[in-house]
Amino acid sequence: MLWQKDLPGANVVIRGARVLDPAEGIDEHRVVAAEGLVLAPALVDPHVHLRTPGREDEETLASGTAAAAAGGYCAILAMPNTDPVVDSAATLGALVDAARREAEVPVGFLAAITRGQRGEELTEMGELADTGAVAFSDDGVPVASAGLMRRALQYASSTDRALALHCEEPTLSRGGHVHEGRVAAELGFAGYPSVAESVAVERDLALAGYERGRVHVLHLSAAASVEALRRAREAGVAASGEATPHHLVLTDDAVRSLDPNVKMNPPLRAEQDRLTLLDALRDGTIEAIATDHAPHAAHEKDVPFEAAPFGVTGLETAFAALYTHLVGPGLLSLETLLERMSAGPARIFGLERPRVAAGACANLVLLDLEREWTVGEQPFRSRSGNSWLLGSTLTGAVQMTLAGGKVAFE
Amino acid sequence: MIRLVTDDLRPPTTPPKRHLLSVADLTRDDVDRLLGIARTFAASLERHVKKLPTLKGHLVVNLFYESSTRTSSSFELAAKRLSADTLTVKSTGSSVDKGESLKDTALTLGAYDPDVIVIRHPQIGSPQLVAQVTDAHVVNAGDGKHQHPTQALLDLYTLREELGELEGVHVAIVGDVLHSRVARSLLQAFALVGVRATLVGPPALLPRELPAEATTDIEAIRDADVVYVLRMQNERMEPGANFVPSLREYTARWGITPERLRPGQKVMHPGPMNRGVEIDPRVADSPDSLITRQVRSGLVVRMAVLYDVLTGGPVGVQALAAAEVA
Repeated sequence: MLWQKDLPGANVVIRGARVLDPAEGIDEHRVVAAEGLVLAPALVDPHVHLRTPGREDEETLASGTAAAAAGGYCAILAMPNTDPVVDSAATLGALVDAARREAEVPVGFLAAITRGQRGEELTEMGELADTGAVAFSDDGVPVASAGLMRRALQYASSTDRALALHCEEPTLSRGGHVHEGRVAAELGFAGYPSVAESVAVERDLALAGYERGRVHVLHLSAAASVEALRRAREAGVAASGEATPHHLVLTDDAVRSLDPNVKMNPPLRAEQDRLTLLDALRDGTIEAIATDHAPHAAHEKDVPFEAAPFGVTGLETAFAALYTHLVGPGLLSLETLLERMSAGPARIFGLERPRVAAGACANLVLLDLEREWTVGEQPFRSRSGNSWLLGSTLTGAVQMTLAGGKVAFE
Repeated sequence: MIRLVTDDLRPPTTPPKRHLLSVADLTRDDVDRLLGIARTFAASLERHVKKLPTLKGHLVVNLFYESSTRTSSSFELAAKRLSADTLTVKSTGSSVDKGESLKDTALTLGAYDPDVIVIRHPQIGSPQLVAQVTDAHVVNAGDGKHQHPTQALLDLYTLREELGELEGVHVAIVGDVLHSRVARSLLQAFALVGVRATLVGPPALLPRELPAEATTDIEAIRDADVVYVLRMQNERMEPGANFVPSLREYTARWGITPERLRPGQKVMHPGPMNRGVEIDPRVADSPDSLITRQVRSGLVVRMAVLYDVLTGGPVGVQALAAAEVA
């Protein structure tokens, strides 16, 4: 438990990429004074949009991973809904190579479930897995056909990779911009009801149970979806789930501002949904916190709400937002927050769990839990600034990030 | 009135602007003042020379991204009756056709230093965006399914002229509430002046969460003093959405016919009407119809709004809720 603050005089010694036993001496070394700071396992984000290839004006491998490092992340997973879609070994291989050269922290890539994410034909999952695909996902769009989802579950099992599912029933969500509820009714927005998510979650968990497949439910937003996940896990289905900082902190009430930076898919939901997410995060039904970092060019968000694309950034603010809004008021312990932002996602996707321990790879973050800062005052490292937190003051800052023994941010 | 937009793009010393973006920003006092001014203008329009010099030298830009007869003509005439210069820009035939964004169009028109920009736009929140990027006073002439505040004000004006005190008056709003900015604005306006509202229509067109009584039973209109008929907005109905099985079925179950009304019950409609769909022509043309009166009220109420945003004194500062994520 080295991330407890009250270990005066504790030293952590790192050589190369490894944490050493403090008893081992080394000669030439750099000392980082960290009195009053918290040393924790670095964070892992299982859900990032790096926009590369295709929209390098919004994010690149370099800028996205620099943003991740600044947010305390030592590893991130990137979604395949790029242009072109990551649905072939050629595209994936080029990305893996480019990431080796350009990325500030290691990036794992998911590949698409269906070619072009069109929901018609499966990708060549075997070759994709051999090329390095961490998992498969059509994130951004749902796999609308139940039959195809079943085939995907069957085939993915032969690659030992999970399916990461964007659960949305398009005939129920079509045209919707915000959660169907009081705020949408009053403002006149077409509603995207919570049942559009939960019926898809129920369907996919039922299929996963039937096929004994492994699924991870992306960006959970609705209470009914969480309850479905809880029941499926109790019934032994190999299912995990994640929630985003914005769904854990905001409700659809924020939409009253008409600010396009609170428009995302799935939409912000009601207070009851938020509280259910928070309960599930505490009890471990939701094992991971994911930013769903979705950069958008300024001119695309500088339009009326309905014309704006879905998505907000999150890598550089996730820890501070959750520390400020959940840990600060006593809704979540720091320990649980760090577990769900690091070990949880690593476990789901079979990555090495960041640890503060002798012999472990040095994936560490140094946190200043006292420091206050205002989002947007310093330029973002991300190429995009569509943060739902612009202008808000947060408590808790990342002081330094080590990824694989390398100082990725300080 | 009138939300004050504190704008990041301008230095904080700029005094806040008076806008009319939403009925939600109005108080009962604002409504009383605006309707009072409208009545004064109504009297001035009785005179032989109808033009007043009040807003001489001011520029009012009408920026219309949706077709409109009543609203655009009455705003233009209202500005002219007050001696303001007017400039009307419609999306068709302008650079909007070439893909110019709303922000850039607003910045372009803002460069002429207009005093007021009146905007109608199919997307919610467009007037707020124009208010953020220009120095003009902005008046919302309808934004998507969100708000149409001058319609709500002219309806209150019409009702008050007809019925006097509005506290306790009962209005049934009938039809496609889901897609209606008029209904949303009216509900807020009615709440300000103590009018009781009942929503009546097909289930899928009645949002469950609106703060008003709602029923699918057309018989419920019998209790109302006034029946406010909404347009069946065909252009907002996606094919295959199946909000109602057919217009024929809608008319049979929710159309307003003389048989469904009590004698003396007043009828209103924001226009344009689909005669024979939501309203029977005999109802539209009956002596109990206030529909033409609504159009006349539109002119004086819009004169009052233009006058008030331009000449009103400072009001209490309300910051735009945008930054209040916490």
